[in-house]
Amino acid sequence: MTKDKQQGRIIRISGPVIEADGMHGAKMYDVVRVGKENLIGEIIRLHHDRATIQVYEDTNGLEPGGIVHSTGLPLSVELGPGLLKNIYDGIQRPLPTIFEQTGDFIERGVEADALDVKKKWHFTPTAKKKDEVEGGDIIGTVEETSLITHKIMIPPGIKGTLISLYDEGDYTVTEDIAFVKTTEKEIPLQMRQRWPVRKARPVKEKYDPSLPLITGQRVIDTFFPIAKGGTAAIPGGFGTGKTITLHQLAKWSDSQVVIYIGCGERGNEMTDVLREFPKLVDPRSGESLMDRTVLIANTSNMPVAARDASVYTGITIAEYYRDMGYDVALMADSTSRLAEAMREISGRLEEMPGEEGYPAYLASRLAEFYERAGRVRLKGTKEKEGSVSVMGAVSPPGGDFSEPVAQNTLRIVKVFWALDADLADRRHFPSINWLKSYSLYLDSVRDWWSKQIGEEWLQLRNKAMALLQKESELQEIVKLVGPDALPPKERALLESARMIREDFLQQSAFHEVDTYCPGKKQYEMLRIMSKYAERIQEAVEKHVQISNIIIMKTRERLARMKTIPNEEFEKRFHTIEKDMDDEIDALIKEVSPQ
Amino acid sequence: MSNKNIEYTTVSEVAGPLMVVEHVKDVAYNEVVRIRTADGEERTGQVLEAYLDKAVVMVFEGTKGLDTKKTSARFIGETMKIGLSKDMLGRIFDGTGNPIDDAPSIIPEMRRDINGNPLNPYAREYPREFIQTGVSTIDGLNTLVRGQKLPIFSGSGLPHNQLASQIARQAKVLGKDESFAVVFCAMGITSEEANLFIRDFENTGALERTTMFLNLADDPTIERIILPRMALTCAEYLAFDLDMQVLVILTDMTNYAEALREIAAAREEVPGRRGYPGYMYTDLAMIYERAGRIKGKKGSITQIPLLTMPDDDITHPIPDLTGYITEGQIVLERGLYKKDIYPPIAVLPCLSRLMDRGIGKDRTREDHADVANQLYAAYAEGCDLRDLVAIVGEDALSERDRKFLEFSERFEQEFVKQGDHEDRSIEQTLDIGWKLFSLLPTAELKKIDESYIKTYHPTYRKGKSTLDETS
Repeated sequence: MTKDKQQGRIIRISGPVIEADGMHGAKMYDVVRVGKENLIGEIIRLHHDRATIQVYEDTNGLEPGGIVHSTGLPLSVELGPGLLKNIYDGIQRPLPTIFEQTGDFIERGVEADALDVKKKWHFTPTAKKKDEVEGGDIIGTVEETSLITHKIMIPPGIKGTLISLYDEGDYTVTEDIAFVKTTEKEIPLQMRQRWPVRKARPVKEKYDPSLPLITGQRVIDTFFPIAKGGTAAIPGGFGTGKTITLHQLAKWSDSQVVIYIGCGERGNEMTDVLREFPKLVDPRSGESLMDRTVLIANTSNMPVAARDASVYTGITIAEYYRDMGYDVALMADSTSRLAEAMREISGRLEEMPGEEGYPAYLASRLAEFYERAGRVRLKGTKEKEGSVSVMGAVSPPGGDFSEPVAQNTLRIVKVFWALDADLADRRHFPSINWLKSYSLYLDSVRDWWSKQIGEEWLQLRNKAMALLQKESELQEIVKLVGPDALPPKERALLESARMIREDFLQQSAFHEVDTYCPGKKQYEMLRIMSKYAERIQEAVEKHVQISNIIIMKTRERLARMKTIPNEEFEKRFHTIEKDMDDEIDALIKEVSPQ
Repeated sequence: MSNKNIEYTTVSEVAGPLMVVEHVKDVAYNEVVRIRTADGEERTGQVLEAYLDKAVVMVFEGTKGLDTKKTSARFIGETMKIGLSKDMLGRIFDGTGNPIDDAPSIIPEMRRDINGNPLNPYAREYPREFIQTGVSTIDGLNTLVRGQKLPIFSGSGLPHNQLASQIARQAKVLGKDESFAVVFCAMGITSEEANLFIRDFENTGALERTTMFLNLADDPTIERIILPRMALTCAEYLAFDLDMQVLVILTDMTNYAEALREIAAAREEVPGRRGYPGYMYTDLAMIYERAGRIKGKKGSITQIPLLTMPDDDITHPIPDLTGYITEGQIVLERGLYKKDIYPPIAVLPCLSRLMDRGIGKDRTREDHADVANQLYAAYAEGCDLRDLVAIVGEDALSERDRKFLEFSERFEQEFVKQGDHEDRSIEQTLDIGWKLFSLLPTAELKKIDESYIKTYHPTYRKGKSTLDETS
């Protein structure tokens, strides 16, 4: 830390918010140290020499009159090798280090380096001495984990000549590895750099997203896809499966780096991720999924003021890996807790409340956060591209999406996965309601799907959607008159829609095969089901009894397509399709035998 | 912190449960205050807001009889602590932690801050040990595991207390013999309700393994804010210092939330939904998150909070925020109770989030997950059909639908309904499920793996034909 610049005194304490006077010259969002225990806080309001400070730790037992120092620096994160596989609290203190220092329970005033300063990393230079470099340029690499090569970059804002670059060898993150001579001075560089969390890392320009983020979840990839660099919100009442869905996305999405933020949620959920991820294997590389993951935990019983810090810490780390040229996916569970923390602090500041007590700046804060997502052209002398995709859970009170957090989020994000309590109650998982959800990336990712997977992708998808839409209309009638009163054609339609719902949209996160469904398999399943829908329409038109269609033997095999192992599905789908055709042909033949 | 010996008689304001003391020095946030009224009565309070020369104090026993002239306040120099000892088992304490049975006061082995510290997620052990409660709807469909927090959402007049005491009585981890304790924390329930628990614990000999914290309906409201914190500090001591398996019953959380609202209103805070403070989520989380297991420690804390949903409304802020923090919920329903079904557990909105990893082979039985999913799906379908029957009559249903309708009726009568002293094993529970599946066509059992159907379906158990694998 740099030299203390300001020293004030506490004059009022109310929960996580304190006021101090004698703070003349302190800046907004400067980090301060409070009281004897050196609790960490941040200035959130200034009035003459009075500063209002939110404290990131429990304020129990703090006394008015205690000392407040300003560090003169904004809240920053440390960036460098060693971030991956780690779990941090909201202000980037590693939880394992806190555990070593204070045991099972988190005590206050812990000082911990975000990156291990003793560990030596094997650095391989990739740039050359005398190179002209600028912020974003890669000067060397470190094998951080089995999955990710960490690229050591010139920090943003520096431009000059690389006058010295150290040889390949083992260095700690604080040792100098290079010197850049700018027009004014020589700047030593280390593998560790700092960046203030509330400021987006700079890029050259933002592109429109065009590649899908493949998640292996059928209802998402096929029906409501998210693009790399896109934003999505997943709102739902409790028990509708927000967390499981986000865990599934963290596990299976084809991004290279995953940042998972547990913001104001359950402690056991973070433990679950910690316990399970190292055991899970990345379907593409065969390595442990933990090797590409950074976890940030500010669970519901951890200090409320650190909620928004946790989200900013996470997105800054995401941007840092993006700057290396990676596709990064960030999951925030849940952004409602962030909003509630803002409301709590705002209430303590006695600000004029907006809708439902949330501060008036709720919308702009949420927008600021989601806007840091994107597929971008990176800074540096060479052309590079990277992306950050952001997926945020929203926990609306009473499951009612009309509340301010859900509404303000929907105005920003491009994909909306609406979770539905009714579906969850009947164990339809993921409980994403197909009639309410939408994705604005369908057109952007369509090219990729038709070139890489199958030409008819969008048609099949739209046909299935239409079928489901029609089903919901028919259900209204069925509720009044019973299904038997419908004409056979419509009963056949209900039958096909039911198959799509139960056997395509439903997907078990706990089934070893079904948990991840590759794009090609999704496409083939939908194609065969779509064919089934057409063929039974045809059969009904040719006067086959609907009751005979329902008891078709291949129907059960169609239902079990999802559990056929991913290595052998192509061959087995082929037989199923053929048997289905044969069985329908036979049914048609029975009634009209020419 | 402040000098213990100074007695301030500078009370400037008394309003609702709050009192303001001026011209104080070095008062710490959340510090405990000893108050003496004009009549010489002793009360306890806590600093809610600390200024350089002023403190806002919340008075636990109420502010009746306080004045701004003679009332004196002494700041004791520490935050709220509770003395802990093994001897707390079998004892009853009041809202300020003093024993109210006639036995002598305990000699504490240590004193701890009742607010506790947050458990490091890195130090947590993921809860996976199945607790058999003997209640089919819980064991079979919403399995409770050690270290979980699973609330019961109920309504006034429903038998939630009866169910909670049945769980406390029957709960066991199969094949293990470990020391077990109950911490019972009553917030604003009637003495009659409290007696139900006490009698039940007495009858089963559980009383000597139980620590009770009682704040009954006629006790000071504000004490309810600290009561669960004391109970949980005691539970943490029993679980993590003395290696015991602790079951904490918190009843009724609705009364706790009301007390919280009362304080917030008195402080003139900006209210959140329905007048509850905006920080209620955080506040409840501080209580509920104190359940769990710790790596390398034998003990555990399992929480069963009870709450009555005002007007049976599950979207009310109290059940709503609770549901967002706890690991599932057991919901009671008036309609079922009226049909004489005990326990009246409304299966569909219930959930246990930790179930998936606590069941299956070597834990309960290999078919458990599939059976539970299928029971849910079939019952949900049967319930939908009931609505339909109400409009079009049963005759309009197809043969298949009629089977589902019958299934849902028998499910309620045979699976859900059971005696309040009936202790079903997990095998019995699952086998009732299989018996009910035999009402349905086998092809409809899509959620069950074929191999389990062959092993457990009553048709195959009798050794009849095998399921023909179509190829």
